[in-house]
Amino acid sequence: MSDFFKNAISSPTDANARKEAIMTQVRTELAQANAQQLVNNMNERCYKACITKPGTSLSGSEETCLARCLDRFMDAFNIVSRTYTARITKERLEESSSSTFF
Amino acid sequence: MADNFDEATKKELSAFLEKEQTQAKLHSTVHNLTTMCWDKCVTSTPSTRFSRGEESCLMNCVDRFLDTSIFLVRQIQERRD
Repeated sequence: MSDFFKNAISSPTDANARKEAIMTQVRTELAQANAQQLVNNMNERCYKACITKPGTSLSGSEETCLARCLDRFMDAFNIVSRTYTARITKERLEESSSSTFF
Repeated sequence: MADNFDEATKKELSAFLEKEQTQAKLHSTVHNLTTMCWDKCVTSTPSTRFSRGEESCLMNCVDRFLDTSIFLVRQIQERRD
């Protein structure tokens, strides 16, 4: 009953605001999950690459290595992303008639 | 919560979610490929930039992975025939 009234009363702009709120929340959460995944993967790789003998604290050279590793990992992500997207686009164009892949 | 939207808005939301889902899937693939190709191609201590070899290895890694996927699917199809 109360739902029915809410529904009848809510103005179009109100519904619009709720829609926008849902969209924003979904976008934010996905972006957060994406960033978290990137950081986790990077942490694992850069630890492996830079901290070969864990000492009592991070040394200066280890920090330098980590900072570089961060930049390179971002580069790698972008290179892979670009290459993958380009390939998918190409495959779609070629196989648009008899699409079997992707 | 989503129940009291009108039909047009429901449709718009479901299209939006589908788009975001596709995007998330793409991101997840790129994450997987990045880690896999990083492990294969970046073997030296990270420096201020990628060497020529590392960069082209990363690009080849992605393309050959997709080639592999296509090749294997074709093989399986051939064997089934």
